[in-house]
Amino acid sequence: MTRSRAALATVAAALAACGGGEDDCALPGDGPGVDPDGAFCERLSSYRLFADIAAQRPAAELVPYEVATPLFSDYAAKERFLWVPPGAALTWRDVDSFELPVGAVLVKTFSYPRDRRDPALGRRLLETRLLVRGSDAWRGVSYVYDADARDARRVVAGAAVDAAWLHDDGNERTNHYAVPNQNQCKSCHAEHDDVMGALGPKARHLNRPGPAGSGIDNQLQALIDRGALAGAPPRETWPRGIAAADPAAGTLEERARAWLDVNCGACHNPRGGMARTSGLYLDLSQTDLAELGVCKAPVAAGRGSGGRSFGIVPGQPDASILVFRIESTEPEIRMPELGRNLVDAEGVALIRQWIAQLPGSCP
Amino acid sequence: MKRAAIALVLLGACSSEDPCADVTGPCIALTEGADAEEVQTALIEVEPGGTVAFGKGTFEFEVDLSLDVDGVTIRGAGRDETTLSFANQTSGPQGMLVTANAFTIEDIGFEDSPGDALKVLGADGVTMRRVRVEWTGGPMVTNGAYGLYPVQCKNVLIEDSIVLGASDAGIYVGQSTNIVVRNNVARNNVAGIEIENSFQADVTGNTATQNTGGILVFNLPGLQVENGTGTRVYGNEVFENNTPNFAPEGNIVGSVPTGTGIVLLAAHGVEIFDNDVRDHRSINIGIISYVPIGDPKDPSYDIYPTAIHIHDNRISGTSDRPSGDLGLALIAAVGQIAPNGPLVVPDIAWDGVVDPARAGSEPDRICIRGNGDADFINLAWPLEDTMLPTRELAPHDCSHAPLPAVQL
Repeated sequence: MTRSRAALATVAAALAACGGGEDDCALPGDGPGVDPDGAFCERLSSYRLFADIAAQRPAAELVPYEVATPLFSDYAAKERFLWVPPGAALTWRDVDSFELPVGAVLVKTFSYPRDRRDPALGRRLLETRLLVRGSDAWRGVSYVYDADARDARRVVAGAAVDAAWLHDDGNERTNHYAVPNQNQCKSCHAEHDDVMGALGPKARHLNRPGPAGSGIDNQLQALIDRGALAGAPPRETWPRGIAAADPAAGTLEERARAWLDVNCGACHNPRGGMARTSGLYLDLSQTDLAELGVCKAPVAAGRGSGGRSFGIVPGQPDASILVFRIESTEPEIRMPELGRNLVDAEGVALIRQWIAQLPGSCP
Repeated sequence: MKRAAIALVLLGACSSEDPCADVTGPCIALTEGADAEEVQTALIEVEPGGTVAFGKGTFEFEVDLSLDVDGVTIRGAGRDETTLSFANQTSGPQGMLVTANAFTIEDIGFEDSPGDALKVLGADGVTMRRVRVEWTGGPMVTNGAYGLYPVQCKNVLIEDSIVLGASDAGIYVGQSTNIVVRNNVARNNVAGIEIENSFQADVTGNTATQNTGGILVFNLPGLQVENGTGTRVYGNEVFENNTPNFAPEGNIVGSVPTGTGIVLLAAHGVEIFDNDVRDHRSINIGIISYVPIGDPKDPSYDIYPTAIHIHDNRISGTSDRPSGDLGLALIAAVGQIAPNGPLVVPDIAWDGVVDPARAGSEPDRICIRGNGDADFINLAWPLEDTMLPTRELAPHDCSHAPLPAVQL
């Protein structure tokens, strides 16, 4: 009995979703916004986050931003926007993500340019993810774009999008791009104690100019000027994240650690990340070489060991499990586990270079 | 999605094999042909305390599945009747990941996941009952590492299940507290059953055979939860675990000699009794410190096995073909005692490494008593001339108070 009621409810929900009527999930008024605790809309357009979805032109209330070192996402381009409810503000933290007010929304759109060498040639929109600060917890949801890219529909259980683009070398590349399911948000966005949270809005990531064309000289200052960031210390004390991809941005060590922090540290940290059981901690705060993987034997790597004995063998990238795993595309071997099918060739080269010059050896 | 849901209602109305038929409370039925999207949607939309019920048949997935809703039961129509197949999986490091409390899974099978089969992380309340995990090609290095894999969990019950072919441990409970592993079968895995860095575990009534090693109680360094204690291994059948070690190189379980019955590594507070342990080519029961393994590089990790009590087991068979690095140590030690004698490894071996600070401490002793005519060797690692291997069992003729039963 109970079962058929549940099943009927599912049918009703599906009918409502597909009936073509307006979502009743949207906030009242004309401005952008997401009900922090309500049901998610079936259509991205219902939130009025964009003035023009196909062009990814945000509503005036959204703040575009970028981070010093982005997570590698199969060479997809990412555009990020922050929306904070009127009158509310982020609260400064030195190291962790800023505390965001209830109702705040992080918006991230993934796309492939037709030709990476010339973005002006257009792009294919893949998905837009929303991370919403609810009253009790963060929630995540993804919207996959329609063929005409004028709107996107909610995806609960994940999806795959076959995509192709011309790569930096002019050759065509393809990907069976994976849109995460709702549970998988938490796999990355839970740095602490299994609690979901934001990763991008950290002082070190935002202390830089805004995206091209935004006219923002410094993202943190822009938030402060808008009254959207409270509690910031004097500007000269702001931490500055290193752009791993930019050889001029820092030392080899700083760039490698920045890459590891962003690509590995959200899970591989001792404070409650999903990979906390591994004993391998790659976040920026890590100072213990063994916990960073140097001469550390694997615990539960299985085939992920690649027949190698230690996470990092100083001077020997080809003997280091870490390199084996970031170079692999096999599902039970590759790292990160989620969010990539392809190899981050530039990131791998950076980590190889860093390990190659590390002094010492393993027994 | 809409079509699938309607089909589901019609089936529910007409079929006598409604997977939810005898379920009380909210239940989502999944019948053969349900794809990953339908199954994952059910695992996301199931209400707390509800059930996701699979019908008979094989369900194939190219992606991993995940559950993050508390109190959910996943069930099939029988561990051989309902199969979740991951043979064609292209993404995800395990077949299914559970991050929810009060989780139950029963009467269902997992096959051929490239990585781990069923991982449960950080849950309070885990029940796995009549579950089958199988790598259908037999023991192969390309099989996934762990079969049933709760880690950093509390109150774990694994019973009446079977795991076949894991390239690390078939049933692996790590960094967990309050554990019962009973009446399972582990076969053709590298390690049959492994309790690692855990507290209060009862391992009983299991059959471990044709693995590389039958039952392992390990403490490893460098982890968040360390120096586990309080494991009882009793009333198990552990025999003929002589499958050549097929673990991928670089894994600690790769150091388990082919033909090992029960092995304790830097374990504390372990009681091993009333087991049948027989016919292992390397060793029936081994006790080692972390010293022969390497430098733990972890000051908080206790490298010495302590408070071990091995009593009233039935041990038999001839161990005359020890293998691996630890097997070589056995050969060397036996040879030192009897250079010209036949190479027969005693039933119980200890590496002999003692913490100088605890030498002579009564509660830390390794006690071995009442195991019939089982014989013994102290390897006197690292086999230096100052201390020679010995077969003298008298120094271990002692007992510890019985460990309490685990209360779930």
